[in-house]
Amino acid sequence: MSDLIFNEKGQLRSVDTVDGELATLNLGPTHPATHGIFQNVLKVDGERIVSAEPTIGYIHRAFEKLAERRPYHQVTPITDRLNYCSAPINNMGWHMTVEKLIGAEMPKRVDYMRVIVMELARIADHLVCNSVIGVDTGALTGFTYMFQERERIYDLYEEICGARLTTNVGRIGGFDRDFSPEFIAKLRDFLMTFPARFEEFNSLLERNRIFMDRVIGAGPITVERALSYSFAGPNLRAAGLDYDVRVMNPYCSYQDFDFDVPVGKDGDTYDRFQVRQEEIRQSLRIIEQALENMPTGSYHADIPSFYIPPKQEVYSSMEALIYHFKIIMGETPVPSGEVYHAVEGANGELGYYLISDGGRTPYRLHFRRPCFIYYQAYPEMIQGSLLSDAILTMSSMNVIAGELDA
Amino acid sequence: MNPSAISFEDFSQDWGSAPWLIDMHVDAYGMINMNIDATQVIQAVEDLRAYEKAPIQFLTDLCAVHYPERSGKELEVVYHLHCLTQNLRLRVKAALPESQARIPSLCSVFAGANWMERETFDFYGIQFEGHPDLRRILNMDEMDYHPLLKQYALEDETRDDKDDRFFGR
Repeated sequence: MSDLIFNEKGQLRSVDTVDGELATLNLGPTHPATHGIFQNVLKVDGERIVSAEPTIGYIHRAFEKLAERRPYHQVTPITDRLNYCSAPINNMGWHMTVEKLIGAEMPKRVDYMRVIVMELARIADHLVCNSVIGVDTGALTGFTYMFQERERIYDLYEEICGARLTTNVGRIGGFDRDFSPEFIAKLRDFLMTFPARFEEFNSLLERNRIFMDRVIGAGPITVERALSYSFAGPNLRAAGLDYDVRVMNPYCSYQDFDFDVPVGKDGDTYDRFQVRQEEIRQSLRIIEQALENMPTGSYHADIPSFYIPPKQEVYSSMEALIYHFKIIMGETPVPSGEVYHAVEGANGELGYYLISDGGRTPYRLHFRRPCFIYYQAYPEMIQGSLLSDAILTMSSMNVIAGELDA
Repeated sequence: MNPSAISFEDFSQDWGSAPWLIDMHVDAYGMINMNIDATQVIQAVEDLRAYEKAPIQFLTDLCAVHYPERSGKELEVVYHLHCLTQNLRLRVKAALPESQARIPSLCSVFAGANWMERETFDFYGIQFEGHPDLRRILNMDEMDYHPLLKQYALEDETRDDKDDRFFGR
């Protein structure tokens, strides 16, 4: 910050000035309005932002380096901690990347089960984002309603895998157990009661004059700039481009489902809010279809060399013991090769670039983290806007510190 | 993966004689891989962006890989590009010697390359020439090494309970 000087009273003064003088404002690293550890050094002219300088890396945990020393099944818990608001999507994306590398085909049932879990995660993630936009505009009520509903999604995770936030759900090769009858009952109950409560939340904000005045036109980005910044997911769709990995490169049998991809027009906070609201409805449609048409069959693929067998069998069956030992000790030969696999994460294209040299761990693993890529557009999006709009822009972009810093 | 409208045969016919191209092939997973001359990366990307049949307008990802045993080509910068209209994905690689780890920056072509290049610089020490603000991004500024290079072992090197030798490799 070489362009800052102090006057004779020790007060900060900036050399480049607009209307006389600029103030320097530290937004973060820890600030209740940023929902995470984000630092922005803002130069403000009154309430207007002249420039912003983000600093990131406060929770960098060197995941890409860590992954180079971990066998494939041990990378899954790392992926939980990327976008922790929708951990199951990250887990599934990683499992599918490894399955693509080893050339394993999943039974249809596994695909449908994964779709249900991933779409629940998308709903949970979008609920957090949209209800927090409400909080940042001063409407706390919707947030308290929707966090109750998000708790129910976490209860559903708990039925599947025992965990709530960092789920570590599923295995390479499928799931560790089938959906329980309790899960199905809870899911049906959720599908029955959630839409009405969600629409109630929607009616609190969508056509609320105060909310609309606050968010329309806040933090806009044009589709050209969004593409240049490699935006993906809801933020790109809000700017008006209908790129969705689920449609363009269907994975996990997404081609079997009928759903719409909502797009916005202006790329502002209101459009991002609207796109996410509609995606929640579409996710519900997908879950209903998956539940109705759930194929029979096994909940895991028949790839004993890679699929960790159930623990009970390890104690009683010779084969299970052998495969368990081989997988845990990293004795299974993995083909060498390079794969890039992308899934539609809650924030956009979540990619895994995996290089295997045949060893027991990845030779190189790179995560394409949508948050990291689109957060760099933040200074451009808030330039010239009001400080309060900058807060809204950040929450509507849904920047998640874990995914940003990896 | 949905097949792209552009087959590899068509693609290689159009691009096989590009001056910046070293070689290209389609891998076992259906992805087109191109090795290009590192000094001409901007030209290559701009040519691909102007490709009439499938304009490659989306920089999906940018990262690097370290292969210490490849003498003279120890570092490799990997670009994942995507044509959203024809659904054509490309993996473009540029090899660099570790002693001269320099490559032109793509910031003038894609605004999103900025932080991706900063991250790659942070991890591998690759100098992106023409980058407007090449500083570390995830690690602290005082750090005096580039941690994803293979010579920096993740754990205590005296620890041998994860050594491949003990797993029959």
